[in-house]
Amino acid sequence: MANTATLPPAPAPSSAPGQRGDERIGQRSPFQKLLGRPEVGALVGAVVLFIFFAFVSSTFTQPNALATVLYGSSTIGIMAVGVSLLMIGGEFDLSTGVAVISSALTASLFSWNFSLNAWVGVVLALVVSLGIGFINGWILVKTKLPSFIVTLATFLMLTGLNLALTRAIGGSVSSPSISKLDGFDSAHAVFASSISIGGVEVKITVFFWIILVAIASWILLRTKVGNWIFAVGGDANAARAVGVPVTKTKIGLFMAVGFCGWILGMHNLFAFDAVQSGEGVGNEFLYIIAAVIGGCLLTGGYGSAVGGAIGAFIFGMANKGIVYAQWNPDWFKFFLGLMLLLATIVNLIVKRRAELK
Amino acid sequence: MNAKQIDQQTLLRDETDPLTHTPVHLLSLDGVGKHYGNIIALRDVTMAVDNGRVTCVLGDNGAGKSTLIKIIAGLHQHDEGTLKIMGEERNFSSPRDALDAGIATVYQDLAVVPLMPIWRNFFLGSELTSGFGPFKSMDVQKMKDITLKELAEMGIDLRDVEQPIGQLSGGERQCVAIARAVYFGAKVLILDEPTAALGVKQSGVVLRYILQARDRGLGVIFITHNPHHAFPVGDRFLLLKRGKSIGYFDKKDITLDELTAQMAGGAELAELAHELEQLGGHGDVVKEVKGEVAGVAQTTGKSYS
Repeated sequence: MANTATLPPAPAPSSAPGQRGDERIGQRSPFQKLLGRPEVGALVGAVVLFIFFAFVSSTFTQPNALATVLYGSSTIGIMAVGVSLLMIGGEFDLSTGVAVISSALTASLFSWNFSLNAWVGVVLALVVSLGIGFINGWILVKTKLPSFIVTLATFLMLTGLNLALTRAIGGSVSSPSISKLDGFDSAHAVFASSISIGGVEVKITVFFWIILVAIASWILLRTKVGNWIFAVGGDANAARAVGVPVTKTKIGLFMAVGFCGWILGMHNLFAFDAVQSGEGVGNEFLYIIAAVIGGCLLTGGYGSAVGGAIGAFIFGMANKGIVYAQWNPDWFKFFLGLMLLLATIVNLIVKRRAELK
Repeated sequence: MNAKQIDQQTLLRDETDPLTHTPVHLLSLDGVGKHYGNIIALRDVTMAVDNGRVTCVLGDNGAGKSTLIKIIAGLHQHDEGTLKIMGEERNFSSPRDALDAGIATVYQDLAVVPLMPIWRNFFLGSELTSGFGPFKSMDVQKMKDITLKELAEMGIDLRDVEQPIGQLSGGERQCVAIARAVYFGAKVLILDEPTAALGVKQSGVVLRYILQARDRGLGVIFITHNPHHAFPVGDRFLLLKRGKSIGYFDKKDITLDELTAQMAGGAELAELAHELEQLGGHGDVVKEVKGEVAGVAQTTGKSYS
């Protein structure tokens, strides 16, 4: 090997690297490792907020009040699961708020118009919800437009469709009552019942929420699809170059958001028996805020499903806590804005540290 | 390694044509060309890659190096000539196709996701799973162990494969990408300017990994614009200029100085010397460039097979 003589001087690979690695990594205490988790900022925020409301309001820590907080959190949290995954995958969806209502309206108008079993509408709504997600994702990957534009367009179109079709079919701004239809009671039991735990009525959406978070966490951390989600969000070109199906992953993520929207839409419908066609506008931001507070990077590639859940819980606590503390609810939006700002700054610092060379 | 070893026959290890049982190259290009509309990006490129040998592709910016690797890596399709793998003519329609044929590419940007842990990056796109049906999950511990072991074999000893790959140095990331390609059974490894963004020391480390990959029996295609990096590790040199092959040499037929001179081109160097003189350039720099011009004049008279 005469050629090695002309190689630029380099440390022998066998001796130096051990030291070099240690020098760069240093000793990380378990505490520092914990600080490296995406959701830790949100967790600290949630604990502080909980203690705060426990002090200022005597009723906040009552089991019934907590059940109400959890219910409020779950209606955001169910969507935040899908939105968090999508955000980790590098995209976001502005159409989620109205897509939830579209799903509910589809189920109610279809079953009512043809006087069918409510479950027929439920299944059709699932198809429509997944379809909306598919169309969002498909247009995104085909046109390579930013998700902001694509989903803004979907948002506007769905808002219009919700209002126009509800009036055209039902003749009102609200969908007609479907409580008399076959299958309504069983659908109500599945999507909108309460389960009694130690005398406290806990809404079933809380359980849906927990199950979805568990499934999403498992997918994200323990399956190859989870690996792909991180990769397409972190660097889609790199992911494509090593053979990750980027297109399928992104479309799948939008459809997962659609699935979450379907669950929440069915809850909204069967909790009562009708839906207001103009609802949902603005909710998409709440889901995005929950994900961001929970440590998901808006630019993708980093975050967790648990983080999104904690974000939703913070949201629920702030929302209901202000009522229990008997404050003016006007303050709520201020809190939300402040929390979002702080969370984003913390995330930025985390990302900079992680990308440190 | 002495020059005699780099005879075409000794370049072959165990590849034979499945039909005729005559020796074939692991990968060979014959008169390959590519155009985008009326722009000719590449024409008449002939080269071969064999097991345990390094084929260097040298050229300045815009010489067609990127186009060439994109063809071999399956990102683009060639319009002229033939691309053969083990003597069989192929035309890759996607990077996946090329990967399946055993051609792995380590791109300049390395195709790693900076925010993801090293072990996730290592197995990205080829994750190990256990279980079945919808309950198929990644075998995380095994993946971490393999990552640690493979990197140790390439000379990187990491304590923590959980750290984001963005925290590694440029040379180490390069090495992870090479180790990944080696582990996943690459037969041909394309390295796209692996030393371009690195300092002298880090470049040396990467060159060492190239030799290690070669010694493990891979056919390496090393793309670079630096003859000083190419010469020590290369067995064969393909020189590209303005989309055309201007020379294809075995190591025994060429010296580092000739390689440098060939790359720079005599006329351009003469022009540069003149220009530097006019601009009041430093005396010894001009002299050095003039020396190179003389060198080129000597070597270009020589003919190469």
